[in-house]
Amino acid sequence: MSAAPQKTKAGAEKIDVTVSAVVPLNELVTRFEFRRTDGRPFPPFSAGAHTVVEMNDDGRTRLNPYSLMSDPADTSTYAISVRRDDQGRGGSLYLHTHVGVGDRLTLSYPVNLFPLDLRGRKHVFLAGGIGITPFMAMIAHLDRMGGAWELHYACRSKALGTYAEDLMQAHPTRAHVYYDDQNQRIALEDLLDGQPLGTHVYVCGPKGMIDWVHTTAAAHGWPDENVHSEEFLAPQPGTPFEVYLSRSDITIQVGESESLLEAIERCGVDAPFLCRGGACGQCETDVVEAEGTFEHRDHWLDDDEHASGKKIMPCVSRFDGKKLVLDR
Amino acid sequence: MSRFQFPESIRSRPIYGTLEPRPGKAHLMIADVEGAEALLDLAALDADLVRRAHIIYIPKGTGETHIETLRALGPAQLHVAPSFEASVQRIRRVLSDAHMGLQIYLAGTEGLMGRSQAEAMQAGIPHSAIQTEHRGSVARRVQCVHCKGITEDVLTDPFVCAHCGLNLFVRDHYSRRLAAFQGVCIDAEDPGNVPEPVELYK
Amino acid sequence: MTIQFNEETFRDDYSFRNSDWAIRRFPFPFHEDSYMYSVNMEQHQGGPEESVYEKRFDVDEHYVAEMQDRALVLAEDPLRCQSLPHMTLAGWDTLELIMVSKSEDSPDLFELHRDGDRWRWINKPMGIDHTFTFLDETTLPCGPLEYITRQAQGDFAVLDQRGDMLYMDAGMVTTQADWSLDFDIGMDFFEWHAPVPLANEMGIFKRALKFLLNVRQGSPARRLNWTMTVNPLLDTSPENYHKWGVQKSSLTPANIGAKQHLRVELQTFYRLPRSNGLLFPIRCYLIAFQDLVTIPKWGRRLHRVVRDLPEELADYKGFIANRPLMLDYLGQYDDGLPTSPGVWPDLETEPPLQT
Repeated sequence: MSAAPQKTKAGAEKIDVTVSAVVPLNELVTRFEFRRTDGRPFPPFSAGAHTVVEMNDDGRTRLNPYSLMSDPADTSTYAISVRRDDQGRGGSLYLHTHVGVGDRLTLSYPVNLFPLDLRGRKHVFLAGGIGITPFMAMIAHLDRMGGAWELHYACRSKALGTYAEDLMQAHPTRAHVYYDDQNQRIALEDLLDGQPLGTHVYVCGPKGMIDWVHTTAAAHGWPDENVHSEEFLAPQPGTPFEVYLSRSDITIQVGESESLLEAIERCGVDAPFLCRGGACGQCETDVVEAEGTFEHRDHWLDDDEHASGKKIMPCVSRFDGKKLVLDR
Repeated sequence: MSRFQFPESIRSRPIYGTLEPRPGKAHLMIADVEGAEALLDLAALDADLVRRAHIIYIPKGTGETHIETLRALGPAQLHVAPSFEASVQRIRRVLSDAHMGLQIYLAGTEGLMGRSQAEAMQAGIPHSAIQTEHRGSVARRVQCVHCKGITEDVLTDPFVCAHCGLNLFVRDHYSRRLAAFQGVCIDAEDPGNVPEPVELYK
Repeated sequence: MTIQFNEETFRDDYSFRNSDWAIRRFPFPFHEDSYMYSVNMEQHQGGPEESVYEKRFDVDEHYVAEMQDRALVLAEDPLRCQSLPHMTLAGWDTLELIMVSKSEDSPDLFELHRDGDRWRWINKPMGIDHTFTFLDETTLPCGPLEYITRQAQGDFAVLDQRGDMLYMDAGMVTTQADWSLDFDIGMDFFEWHAPVPLANEMGIFKRALKFLLNVRQGSPARRLNWTMTVNPLLDTSPENYHKWGVQKSSLTPANIGAKQHLRVELQTFYRLPRSNGLLFPIRCYLIAFQDLVTIPKWGRRLHRVVRDLPEELADYKGFIANRPLMLDYLGQYDDGLPTSPGVWPDLETEPPLQT
């Protein structure tokens, strides 16, 4: 059906913002705060949501997802905390080195792939490093709604413990911080023990930590449904490759430090996306023909789909071989 | 005894499995007289697990059947109750004292498993984490969508609602919250035209 | 235009009527001469002026009467509005969305004045002027979902999203096409759709779920669904089926034009910002066959759709017994001429009925 002709307001899903503060937190992490350029309030968001920040890096569009870490009830400001990645493809480096107060950027509407389970009688947060950011918003939300929570936060050192001091000060009985360089470790088995029925666990951090939490919780008889995780995948650099987009009838080159999705966009072909991190499924693309090996890195497709060679998630996955034809 | 193979049905109809040992901090088992046989099978797989379990056994009118056999398994607690209604306060207390890591094993008729499952879900355990094994009667627990009354042990389709007296046909649509199938008036469009009841699954 | 609200009933004497304006803007659901299930989603970002798609929440001449009918249904059966305990925040989301949308889209009828969490809501057609504290339930006469949906046409299902699944965890359902919120509350997307024939086998729900999980803030979506109802009865609930079912047997060749109604649901989908839930408003529009056939294109097309619909669908939509009668009636308005593509009446370009 197309019931009615569309009167789509272009860009309705994007928000123009002005940088209102840049706050370096430590050697690696800086907080960026935004106001709406049109002066209106931001839409409210749900704790755990992210936004995709659109940057114009000298003619090249960079789109990076970051967790919103400000208080969800504060519609005057959105804030993100960005860890500088010197080895990455440059989005975080661009923010750290080029973006200052008064600069203009574009944000996507918030999207939540890591929501609180609102049925939870209690919420246990496990953070590793920069994985603390979504929990900042969740804590603000639960404090307002009177929800029960506790936080266990592992970071490399005191100097790199983003928000660690603030959290311990504000929540001395609920926030627990563990410093790697002091050989402090989260005692996961102990803290999974004795939690009331209806408790939910959330983990955000490196892949190893996420796997550890899932495995340990399962071994202690926790239902899968009560264990939530978010791993932000950044597209990894890789060998350049060539792709033929059959519907658009063009051949494009994917460079070493851009994702397949970014290359598609750069060549003017519209492709849907939400998370740009291999989790939401929005950019799923059919493979028409392939001679070579896929480097699947997403969480969306299942193992069978990965093995079939019929689908690819261009936001994080790559290809190495002679020929790739996509239905795009 | 042989186990009934339910015909394939719609997505809301529960599917029952076979009880298996699972890792957990505590184990709660609820069974009726036929369901007790599933617990015995489970004990054969992992006797130690059953020794750590709290068993609530509801043999209804079948006298002493299986009581001694279950006691011989050496469960941490064995409570024999005459009916689900009589045991529900105890079940709620056990659930309110429980912690994450509790495993639940339900065995017997659909009504018993459904009502126990609804209690566990209310306490915060997702239904997908609750094990069930069907044994015994295929009687259904059916809610009349009109008067909301629940009729237990329905064996025919259509049947007469025990509360409002309407003639109801039994749908496979099932509510875990109510632990009941849906019964809908069969002669609404043509009052009085009620087909002969037939035994379920015949 | 200024809306003249009808004084009318959806029960007993059934005085419900559509004006010529309401007939022309009726959301006719068939864009071609046949019908089969499809996901048929599109963006809900407005539509032609005066059409039912123009505003986020359409308000028409039936508004006040529909709200009176809802109040009657709730007085008889308060279980038609329910919300599981974790859905209160989604209820506030719903209240905020409807109040903001209505006050922006129909400022002549609704006003919202916000001073922090102190909100003043004015609903002129219903004579309401109420000041309350946002997110404080004690300042409303009932829960936020019930409060606002007693003032908004259509049913409302409020879905919780957890682990790539949607759950029917709250709702206001008094004008439903034969499903029970009280029975279905808490079910997942596949479970509450389980009784629908064919669509499951066709993979429709799998695709629809994928789409709905990705509906995002600021980008609502919509689709149409339809069924048939004898008499302009809004409350075609399973709860009351034993009372209204018999009306389906009351059709005769003489009364079918007035009694038989095409019932169309404009379904919309909104991501709720604070709870991350999904709001699923299901707005019901009714039109009598005798009014529908005044649009020649629609008369021709409806005849062909009803004639060619697969048995299972006619059965599920509950009109298989009345299909022969309906075809006899509608056949008079099908002269075999081709119809223009799309759903619009095209009164200027489509030829009148050839007799």
